[in-house]
Amino acid sequence: MTATDLTRLGIAEALDGLARGAFSARELATAHLEAMAAARNLNAYITETPEQALAMADASDARRAKGEALPLDGIPVAVKDLFCTKGVLTTAGSRILENFVPPYESTVTAKLWAAGAVMLGKTNMDEFAMGSSNLTSYYGPVVSPWRAKDDPRPRVPGGSSGGSAAAVAAAIAMGSLGTDTGGSIRQPASFSGIVGLKPTYGRCSRWGAVAFASSLDQAGPFARSVRDAAMLLRAIAGFDPQDSTSVDCPVPDYAAGLDGDVRGLRIGVPAEYRPAELPEDIAALWDQGIAWLRDAGAEIVDISLPHTTCALPAYYIIAPAEASSNLARYDGVRYGLRVPADELTEMYEATRGAGFGAEVRRRVLIGTYVLSAGYYDAYYNKARRVRALIARDFAQAFQRVDAILTPTAPSDAFPLDAPTDDPIRMYLNDVFTVPASMAGLPGISVPAGLSRAGLPLGLQVLGRPFDEPTVLQVAQALERAAGFDPLGALAPALAPAK
Amino acid sequence: MSLDKDMVRRIAHLARIRVADDELEPVARDLERILGFVEQLNAVDTEGVEPMTSAVAMTLRQRPDVVTDGDRREEVLANAPDRAGAFFAVPTVVE
Repeated sequence: MTATDLTRLGIAEALDGLARGAFSARELATAHLEAMAAARNLNAYITETPEQALAMADASDARRAKGEALPLDGIPVAVKDLFCTKGVLTTAGSRILENFVPPYESTVTAKLWAAGAVMLGKTNMDEFAMGSSNLTSYYGPVVSPWRAKDDPRPRVPGGSSGGSAAAVAAAIAMGSLGTDTGGSIRQPASFSGIVGLKPTYGRCSRWGAVAFASSLDQAGPFARSVRDAAMLLRAIAGFDPQDSTSVDCPVPDYAAGLDGDVRGLRIGVPAEYRPAELPEDIAALWDQGIAWLRDAGAEIVDISLPHTTCALPAYYIIAPAEASSNLARYDGVRYGLRVPADELTEMYEATRGAGFGAEVRRRVLIGTYVLSAGYYDAYYNKARRVRALIARDFAQAFQRVDAILTPTAPSDAFPLDAPTDDPIRMYLNDVFTVPASMAGLPGISVPAGLSRAGLPLGLQVLGRPFDEPTVLQVAQALERAAGFDPLGALAPALAPAK
Repeated sequence: MSLDKDMVRRIAHLARIRVADDELEPVARDLERILGFVEQLNAVDTEGVEPMTSAVAMTLRQRPDVVTDGDRREEVLANAPDRAGAFFAVPTVVE
């Protein structure tokens, strides 16, 4: 097997090959490290960790030789640079953490390593996970491996987990971890032609993940198949006493029951996700997805989620409010950047002025404003009341349906040089992903087809709290019907014709 | 919603973020845009609706009041931009 073949394997196939002795974890890691070095133009990684990767791979091979292989033993993965990794630079895509080396490990990464996975490195991201393009990273934009048919301009991978998505799409990681606050796993998965899963709020521990908006942040996997995503989710999910909102309920073996059988399931199709300005190719793909599920034996049910259009404006109060509070800790005193000044307040202001990029500054200022005296009730409490209505819409819908099908994003991947002067235009990227975030629901994006321009488009499946098994089941039915090649960016000649 | 430069200066000071004088105007316009966008929530009837506090209905757990961690002074100080012995060092606050 060539090194290229090794990087193109799925997780289940790779585990099979490792078990048969067809190749070693070290060979698998080496193949990925070489591919990473050859793909540095994508800027998907902020930090590559070859020494750790090889040491972990050797330990994995030793375990396997003793017959003690773990569930993900030897699988090379990438980790969003938002997760604290002990002894490895963790920047959150920000200048203010350009020198931060955590003395501890986040819970979800610790769980991955405890399952035998091998760390390839830390991936690029929008600064503090604030963005939908990866353009706000202090460490430069990530370039998607995908190109449009008749337009050579480099494309964004989406964001904020842009590096994690691009790495999996470019076969320089077999799977990866991201975080999703308002769509930061699902939207880049859609743009990059891969699977991205945001679990139910509370399913995965937030401990050791740099906080953006604590009532929304959730860790989740990227992979090139629904089954692989299910395997990664099982490894990272579970109760953690160190996260006060972690939920103590059993973690199922998500992959074991997965067969894509949707017969008898009721699939909701919300009218509000079809605004007049929805691009035709996206509307057509959604219709195709509905037809696929109907053909697979599901019952399609028209539903209404009346407060859908309120979700994005409510999000842009709640998320910045929480961010302004969470980011108060970056003060140049205990870790991270310090810009010296003669006086303490001046030092804070100089440090934070230089350390935060424009989008982070914008959101912290908005959050500070909506929480300030005299505005708290009009903005923050109003948004939290609207949030309750959004959650109620979903709860009512889920009395009638088992899952909901929508497009993941309102566009395909835009060029790196697309205008970004209007923050609202960028925020609209998350219009279909934010509502479920507000309600804390699980959601997945499955690559389902190509846009008119020849770029990937995803469909989103949403489920009831902690019903990831149904979400995965519906996702696999779509995956099977779509037959999309998640490595299509690497072999344009083999990509589905359009 | 209109924001003037003085208001931006005041918010920036509350947030402890230095914003250069020539940036106050463009920042004010950005913030106005966002506040204009979220204003549509005023049209939503939220009469009698309790503000949502948690994405998942739960009561915060309590754990036994015992020491579970500690004695990590060097780790805690490892990333300090400046330290004096066992302390984080900052510019003089009290003469």
